Amino acid sequence: MSKDQQSEVEVVPVRHVGQWVGAAVVLIAIAMVVHTLFSKVPLQSGLNKCVTTAGKRVCHPIFIWRFQWNTVGQYLFSSEVLHGVILTLQLTVVAMVIGIVLGVIIAVMRLSNNRLLAAPAWVYTWFFRGTPVYVQLFFWFNIGLLYKRFTLGVPFLHVTFFSTSTNVITGVWAAILGLGLNEAAYMSEIARAGIISVDEGQTEAATSLGMTKGQTLRLVVLPQAMRVIIPPTGNEVISMLKTTSLAASIAVIELFGAVQNIWANNFKTLPLIVVACLWYLFMTTVMSIGQFYIERHFARGALRSPPMTPVQRLRKDLRTLGGRTRLTRMTS
Amino acid sequence: MSTMVEARGVTKAYGHVPVLRGVDLVVAQGEVMCLIGPSGSGKSTFLRCINHLEKHDAGELRVEGELVGYRLQNGKLYEQSDKQICAERANIGMVFQRFNLFQHLTVLDNLIIGQMKVKGVKEDAAVKSARELLARVGLDAKESNYPAQLSGGQQQRVAIARALAMEPRLMLFDEPTSALDPELVGEVLDVMRDLAKSGMTMIVVTHEMGFAREVANTVCFLDQGVIEESGTPSDVLGNPRSDRLRSFLSKVL
Ligand SMILES: Nc1ncnc2c1ncn2[C@@H]1O[C@H](COP(=O)(O)OP(=O)(O)O)[C@@H](O)[C@H]1O
Ligand SMILES: [Mg+2]
Repeated sequence: MSKDQQSEVEVVPVRHVGQWVGAAVVLIAIAMVVHTLFSKVPLQSGLNKCVTTAGKRVCHPIFIWRFQWNTVGQYLFSSEVLHGVILTLQLTVVAMVIGIVLGVIIAVMRLSNNRLLAAPAWVYTWFFRGTPVYVQLFFWFNIGLLYKRFTLGVPFLHVTFFSTSTNVITGVWAAILGLGLNEAAYMSEIARAGIISVDEGQTEAATSLGMTKGQTLRLVVLPQAMRVIIPPTGNEVISMLKTTSLAASIAVIELFGAVQNIWANNFKTLPLIVVACLWYLFMTTVMSIGQFYIERHFARGALRSPPMTPVQRLRKDLRTLGGRTRLTRMTS
Repeated sequence: MSTMVEARGVTKAYGHVPVLRGVDLVVAQGEVMCLIGPSGSGKSTFLRCINHLEKHDAGELRVEGELVGYRLQNGKLYEQSDKQICAERANIGMVFQRFNLFQHLTVLDNLIIGQMKVKGVKEDAAVKSARELLARVGLDAKESNYPAQLSGGQQQRVAIARALAMEPRLMLFDEPTSALDPELVGEVLDVMRDLAKSGMTMIVVTHEMGFAREVANTVCFLDQGVIEESGTPSDVLGNPRSDRLRSFLSKVL
């Protein structure tokens, strides 16, 4: 074999100096964050730890974790915190269910040709989007000042099926009402955008098959609107999970309320804030992963091939990494 | 032969703009009628009035002798309920220019959803007839594909099969080949030709004059909301009487 046939010429990629500088800056910043997270500082009271060895008394300051990780660990899985986590999840789920169901109804009302349906839907959205949810929570918490009793019956005819004192509106119910009704206003806008995004021809085809308006909506329009509705709804769920922390201010002992109760007794404010953050981060992360797979499910039919899962993408990256070495070598 | 569709002085306006200004025509059972005419002349509007996707303003429109959208009783016209209108639509198949297949459903599901949800057919029976229809349009291999994975011609054949799955007594086609690449037009027209041979009553809005000449029993020329000329294909397409039809034909041929 001659040397010519064998030789390979290496292709030298362009060097990107700016990218290297940028990467260095980022690495230094990461190092700083990690360092401060896991650094130790002298106990603030200035207390020293003294030992007497061989008649000599030696004192040195006591160091503790800056973020008091041992306290964090102590409370992370304590029963009060776990109860708070569960209540946070319950509030999120119930408020989102109310928000989604009511939101879709309001969206359909707003898209109706009937003004008597469309106008109230518009007013609802206007009111609930125009006032802070924090203020709304206090409104529902104090609804008892306005109405003494809650009654289900036929209006104006004094027919009553069910009646109860508004004292039953506890913090939890106020939170569910406040968060759910507020969410419905935002969900209605999301659902409306989704419904509008479905081509009119789909409705025509369904109608021409003899489907009723309800069937057309349920079987044809909404399933396709989902592709547009799901991503912002996922964001709403994540946002709702965090917004439930406002309920702590109306005596609801969800996650944030629980850690507040604990630090009210022991003044370990900062580590308990860290505990809450870790839980919120954990829950939002799990939800984001779920969101990805749900979005992928509803994209079926809309794309010729569904988006890759992270695992599939990693495999592909590894494969192209292997491929690049081959590409950078050319026989002359 | 009994009458399938009968229109007498059908009018329709959008706001103050008249679109149909007294359409008269009769389509007999088993007949294929091609409706031709310039863009904007009201062809789609008329088709949509037949299955009540649009409400006509005045005139008499009957399908199989029954008034569309109304019931005559004791000399009064009663509007039909939504449920009755839906039931009558299920007997009329419609094929659209842009296919309008349900994007979120597979080909097979597109064919069974109407049977199951509108006519209450059991799933097994619906799947069986859906497969037969797919074989008939030559797409039995595609039953688990989504519409976006098919070519335009294939999608339109599925759309025809979807309409046929409802066992309609009348088929309406609104420019079924206008959105197709030229080389795909033939496969759709073949399916329609077979359908015509099988005795289906068809009203076809089309610019395919070759198809009209070969398959249609009657050709109607709709212009500015009225039927200007109608007759056999050779009469209407071969011996146009009005200047408007002559100039229209010179543009499309
Ligand atoms: N929903 C509508 N609102 C207002 N005008 C319409 C509507 N649909 C159709 N038109 C008008 O009616 C006329 C006839 O339309 P169409 O029946 O679609 O014509 P063709 O199918 O013969 O091209 C056109 O001028 C069109 O602009
Ligand atoms: Mg048209």
